[in-house]
Amino acid sequence: MNAQANKPFTVVGERLPRYDGADKVTGKAIFGPDVALPGMLHGFILRSPHAHARILSIDTSRAEALPGVYAVVTAADLPPAESTDHRYAHDNTFAGDKVLYVGHAVAAVAARTPPIAEQAARLIEVEYEVLPAVTDVLEAMRDDAPILHDDMRTHSLAGRGDKPSNVASHFQQLKGDPARGFAEADVIIEREFHTATVHQGYIESHAALATWSDDGVLTVNTTTQGSFAFRDHLVWLLDLPMSKVRVIPTEVGGAFGGKNTSYLEVPAALLARKARRPVKITMPRPDVFLATGPSSGAFFRVKMGATRDGHITAAQAELCYAAGAYPGSPVGSGANVMFGPYVIPHGQVDGYDVVTNGPRVSSYRAPGGTPANFAAETVIDELAEKLGLDPIEFRLRNHAKEGDERIDGGTHGSIGGIEVLEAAQACDHYNAPLSGPNRGRGVAHAAWGNWGGRSSCTLSVNGDGTVSLVTSSVDLSGTRTTIAMQAAEALELPPERIRPSVGDTDNTGYADVSAGSRTTYATGIAAIQAAEDIIVQMEARAAALWDVPAERVTYARGVFASGTDQRFTFAELAEQVTGSGGSVSSIANVDVAEWGAGFSTHIADVEVDPETGKVTLLRYTVVQDVGQAVHPTMVEGQMQGGATQGIGWALYEGYAYNEQGQMLNANFLDYKIPTALDVPMIETVIVEVPYPKHPFGVRGVGEPPIVPPPAAIANAIYRAIDVRPTHLPMTPAHLLEKLGLIES
Amino acid sequence: MNHDSWREVSAMATVYIPSLMRDLSGGQDKISVPGKTVAQVIEALDAVCPGVKARVADGNHLAPGVAVSVDGVIARLGLRAPVKAGSVLRFLPVIEGG
Repeated sequence: MNAQANKPFTVVGERLPRYDGADKVTGKAIFGPDVALPGMLHGFILRSPHAHARILSIDTSRAEALPGVYAVVTAADLPPAESTDHRYAHDNTFAGDKVLYVGHAVAAVAARTPPIAEQAARLIEVEYEVLPAVTDVLEAMRDDAPILHDDMRTHSLAGRGDKPSNVASHFQQLKGDPARGFAEADVIIEREFHTATVHQGYIESHAALATWSDDGVLTVNTTTQGSFAFRDHLVWLLDLPMSKVRVIPTEVGGAFGGKNTSYLEVPAALLARKARRPVKITMPRPDVFLATGPSSGAFFRVKMGATRDGHITAAQAELCYAAGAYPGSPVGSGANVMFGPYVIPHGQVDGYDVVTNGPRVSSYRAPGGTPANFAAETVIDELAEKLGLDPIEFRLRNHAKEGDERIDGGTHGSIGGIEVLEAAQACDHYNAPLSGPNRGRGVAHAAWGNWGGRSSCTLSVNGDGTVSLVTSSVDLSGTRTTIAMQAAEALELPPERIRPSVGDTDNTGYADVSAGSRTTYATGIAAIQAAEDIIVQMEARAAALWDVPAERVTYARGVFASGTDQRFTFAELAEQVTGSGGSVSSIANVDVAEWGAGFSTHIADVEVDPETGKVTLLRYTVVQDVGQAVHPTMVEGQMQGGATQGIGWALYEGYAYNEQGQMLNANFLDYKIPTALDVPMIETVIVEVPYPKHPFGVRGVGEPPIVPPPAAIANAIYRAIDVRPTHLPMTPAHLLEKLGLIES
Repeated sequence: MNHDSWREVSAMATVYIPSLMRDLSGGQDKISVPGKTVAQVIEALDAVCPGVKARVADGNHLAPGVAVSVDGVIARLGLRAPVKAGSVLRFLPVIEGG
């Protein structure tokens, strides 16, 4: 623990009003679809109706001839691809020789009005040769499966495959000797699990507005998790100098990983360049489901063994993740989540990244973690049951501590998993009676790695003693408040003296995407470093004004002093320095290479109607180690929001495909996400095990709570009706099938 | 050769050999080789265990889906990442966050 963390906090830990709150509740905040420019045209993207087809020809002449149409673009308007990854990005923007999923972009039109753009797009004639499609991950792995990419060979550290395959890559984690570990076990459980593709379900659609200046500078206003990532994507695909692309992020109405990836920006830029007018594209809701990046559907085989005294001896898992049309599923992070919290003496995890005829997957809050945890924690629960142990006690007996080796070969850093389990064990919910027929209580526990990464923060002292704070980290969830609070804490100023805002790629330093639960953590470190530098600079200015050595000047609680009767409040000194010698400002750029993992335990009470299979959540509690809660209300909101998304994953959500690879539920009527009517008030227990490498002890908060809900609910369902779900979502039909009341 | 340059030349890093590559290492799970960058370490490893480079690297980059950690920290610079004497390297699958 460093010195800062031992200080009593004055700002950190307070439940303050959000800086962005008023604009958002009064409708003044500008989101992606709100941005407009004079003379702006409207874009529309023509998408494939087929899940897998060869493009034989594209005729855009009728669209181009329609009055009101200014530009039509296809893959032919993109610079040529220079590498395999480049080609995948290129082809996912506009299909090249094949379409690989329903919704795959084929062409785009810019026109005076949205209806004209859509009408023109429908006039584009595309001749297809329809090919067999495969949407299920296991079917895609079969030797006789339709092949999406003729040149794809399985990559693994064992070498490159020798024949075309939909298995893009295979990796393996191995620790010890699993065969020996299973031989030492008294109880072995082996199970298989299937989980559906799900979408992040953000309410704000994607929208991008592109404009070219006369000197060739491209400006894009867009809803994104990372303005620099989108700038780099535009540079990469359009072959432009970085200095000629500016990305301005709007407010974001939900992202959850789905806005890490650029979809509309390149088409809008191509259309705007061709039309010589600003072009805006807003994605219709069905396209959001069909053509953006959901999370993977997956298959798991899990085997675990333990001794009679409740110690795990071995664990083995196979994870097969559907990547959609191009490689890049989150199977790696799924593997790390699998047995993450526990000491596994002998373990093996094999992961497979598999292309399928669906949209290329993107990140979704703790990417890959939720389905992996469902599989592992269901088996953990069954092991505890077979051993006659309380499920939390079994987890505690096997929990990792700092310094323990993981299956992937790394070691655990400072973690609070045991403290979380103990808090769950002691909480009111876990100790409350639960009675009644068909009711059950389940628990699940999870580790999520979090992230650090690159961030930038600029602080500028104003003449009235306020401080402007600009970060390049897009604010998805209130992070401008939590970053400003850390700056205020470090500056020892009231939080209302800090004015935070989010900059763009032309006026701030580089930042990675706001993802991986990193923003409050890593950008907070940048803010603290900038604040510390501001204090040093202000002390030097005070020393100059007082004509004393700088080392004589001290600063505490907003007051500079020289050791005599010379004193300046922060505001008094600010007024003087900005009027003589120029303003004081500081920019801190960080690349945070270490971060603290987040652990969470969830407790779910359910009631299952054995005749209909309907699951009703009666009570739900989230217990989570957050390091130091910078803003407890927002932390609780993250815990509740993450749990609610996980509940959707558990009970309701899933892409439904027919045999032709057509998605049958690409709307919020048929793709159900949980609402306030579906979940009880989610109780929260904040555990604070400070992370020692953050000055205030902060850990990432946003992702861990989405991981355990399916397993917690599955384990509760088991105790309610004595069957163990093996599929997500755990629909009434799945439970009735498990109960033997219907056939699959 | 002065003392410092001698130390530089002899600086050894330990590379943990992933299970899927142990066919190239005769079953060894870790090997010490010299190198001041990840690329140099891989070159040195390839000299001892021919075929390693082809599996972990693709031209001037790490192979798709492969990350490398140096002393427990994912090396953002990939093949160009610096390696110190006594460093520990591991090859890992790429991880992302949402």
